[in-house]
Amino acid sequence: MSAAATLSARERARAWRRPPVLIQSAAWRYTIYIGFLAYLVLASASVEVNIPRIMEGLDRGWRFIEGFLVPDFSSRWTDIRNGLIESLTMTVTSTVVGIIISVPIGIGAARNVAPPAIYLTCRAIIAVSRSFQEVIIAILFVAMFGFGPFAGFVTLSFATIGFLSKLLAEDIEDIDARQVEAVRATGAGWWQVINYAVQPQVMPRLIGLSLYRLDINFRESAVIGIVGAGGIGATLNTAIDRYEYDSAGAILIVIILIVMVSEYASSIIRKRVQ
Amino acid sequence: MSAVDASPPRKVWQYRTPRARLALWAGWLALVALFVFCWQVMTKDTIWFFVLDAPAQAADIGSRMMPPRWSYLNQLWVPLWDTINIATLGTLLGIIIAVPVAFLAARNTTPSTTLVRPLALLIIVASRSINSLIWALLLVSIIGPGLLAGIIAIGLRSIGFIAKLLYEAIEEIDEGQVDAVKATGASGAQIIDQAIVPQILPAFFGISVFRWDINIRESTILGLVGAGGIGLQLQASLNVLAWPQVTVIFIVILATVVLSEWVSAKVRAAVT
Amino acid sequence: MLRTEKLTKTYRTGDKALAEVDLEVPAGQILGLIGPSGAGKSTLIRCINRLVEPTSGKIFLKDQEITGLSRSGLKRTRRRIGMIFQEYALVERLSVMENVLSGRLGYVPFWRSFTRKYPIEDIEKAFTLLDRVGLSDHATKRADALSGGQRQRVGIARALEQDPDLLLVDEPTASLDPKTSRRIMRLIAEICRERSLPAIINIHDVVLAQGFTDRIVGLNAGRVVFDGPPDALDTEALTTIYGEEDWAQMRRASDEDEDDDDQASPDIALVASR
Repeated sequence: MSAAATLSARERARAWRRPPVLIQSAAWRYTIYIGFLAYLVLASASVEVNIPRIMEGLDRGWRFIEGFLVPDFSSRWTDIRNGLIESLTMTVTSTVVGIIISVPIGIGAARNVAPPAIYLTCRAIIAVSRSFQEVIIAILFVAMFGFGPFAGFVTLSFATIGFLSKLLAEDIEDIDARQVEAVRATGAGWWQVINYAVQPQVMPRLIGLSLYRLDINFRESAVIGIVGAGGIGATLNTAIDRYEYDSAGAILIVIILIVMVSEYASSIIRKRVQ
Repeated sequence: MSAVDASPPRKVWQYRTPRARLALWAGWLALVALFVFCWQVMTKDTIWFFVLDAPAQAADIGSRMMPPRWSYLNQLWVPLWDTINIATLGTLLGIIIAVPVAFLAARNTTPSTTLVRPLALLIIVASRSINSLIWALLLVSIIGPGLLAGIIAIGLRSIGFIAKLLYEAIEEIDEGQVDAVKATGASGAQIIDQAIVPQILPAFFGISVFRWDINIRESTILGLVGAGGIGLQLQASLNVLAWPQVTVIFIVILATVVLSEWVSAKVRAAVT
Repeated sequence: MLRTEKLTKTYRTGDKALAEVDLEVPAGQILGLIGPSGAGKSTLIRCINRLVEPTSGKIFLKDQEITGLSRSGLKRTRRRIGMIFQEYALVERLSVMENVLSGRLGYVPFWRSFTRKYPIEDIEKAFTLLDRVGLSDHATKRADALSGGQRQRVGIARALEQDPDLLLVDEPTASLDPKTSRRIMRLIAEICRERSLPAIINIHDVVLAQGFTDRIVGLNAGRVVFDGPPDALDTEALTTIYGEEDWAQMRRASDEDEDDDDQASPDIALVASR
């Protein structure tokens, strides 16, 4: 005899409530709600809002929007062009070099194909490369290599390794183990197993990831210029510092357009390699 | 290929057709040429003396960074708290704007594919293309330095990220469930609430926490352009070449990033 | 031809998959290995080419001890042992021809396999084998474009491309419909007879095992509990191998199935796998 049978339909209907969506325990749920609310109050209190300064800025904000809608490509065209060339060349070279270094590290960081010692070494390299923001890495490399795109190239190559190796390694760990076993059963050596069983399975994704990273590297190349590592970021920084919002708007539009084109192109390429 | 002439097999197997082989070679050649060209253009103003000198510079910086000035740690707690607040409040701001944008951008929930959807996609791509540091640069120039600029910068960058992943999740939902709810005579809002939201909720939490984790990382550097947080201290220390302090800041950032990544991984594992 | 002595495998979890298995397969014999799921059939087959490392015991192939071979020695021995897999285990994204040629991986150096420049005899043999399994028109197709039965034929061709002295066959019909299953089993049996090639076929469909093998070995919990000609496999023997079940009914159902090859009878596989 269940409890339900002793209650009338009406009583059971009254007792029904929407089941909790995420956290089953009511106590935990309310603790988390209250904790989060308390955090919000505390965090918001730490934000100082300087109303007069913002009012003063509203005018500049409007001028930025105007600059974005009516961009000025001509007055700083030389700077924009040089910045873009630096950004684009940095992007291409750093992505290519990054891929060349990432592939062996990615294979080494896949538990199912690499011996333990190599696995740990490669995972350590990935962890170091991923821990810091590109801009922080750029600061260090600018200090080492001097100002200019070469420092940016080194920064982006380094950041590419962490990104690409990690995702490639995860992809290799996810491959169909039976295909590997079948190739190994023919008496194939390690290199042959990689070439016949692993490579065909991960190639489409490696191409997809590389194109994605190309895209990210371009976007990042627009940022690391702010700390002196070359590229369009430096031009943008100057434009904003001088309150030349129409030139800044022009640069931002160029960046957005290039990102759009590269995303579109990479979606086409990805479809073809499937 | 003399073996073929000697005892011709009935069929010849070729790994690739001559055409495909030619195309492949041409592709590789073009890639190499592009790389060499870009390399030449990029390094035309490079001063190789500095590049060759880099190991020495690295050793020099390394020696200056050691030992870390641990006493500086006490001045870092407030900036660290600010950094976390920038990331969290910024993520919340991003979520609030991103959710409606995502529904407007998803092919199966948008009110109009000719007008509204392209607009929503434009918002997404604009937000995604521009790094939070650039947003911060702009906002500091517009509303002045401080936490608020950082929060808005993080929020603006998060819109594109969250909305993109969320609208892809919405487009991948099981339409059968939507049809079933529709068949009960439900209104548009009811369909979203009853059929779509339950399906995308795990993805939504996963995406939000993932972005929060990224935002912690990004907010550590926003101070470099004056948008508050621990980056301000980094900038100040770099300006006076106080390398032992920089070391301490790096360690604090590293610890925060590792911790937030751990939290994010745990939460994502719990909700999905 | 093949001999195992007290072959034992204990997995790291403590599960004893094989317990002192002594088995001798003479040249040209087709041996059917039956037993309930988890009886150690797969482990036994994989121990023979050391895809799974045995814990103790010895394996001899033509008086050569396989256990205790060095890595290069193991590769040379693996190429003499052809293996056919459950669910085909083809490299899905490679062409049929590349899959068949991958049977030569143990014979050719890495550069040949990497550039796909196999010796002409190997390619010729691959074509002959594809003719034999009835797939000569599909050589350039990608493996994932084929149906299940066709894929298993490619798997057979790949194993034979190795010029094996022994064939290991792991659940060749596990994901095929009854009709295709019989055809694949018939093909394997025919080819083994043509070349007087010994084979160990691990199969959970008792009726197929009886129909196409010379000898049946029943495993239960890692031990050999039955060893004899297919005719000797009576109700009593099935009960020792699988446990109590209505075996007479299965036989009746299978007799009806014998009459009409095309008639699908899903019950058989179901009963037999219990």
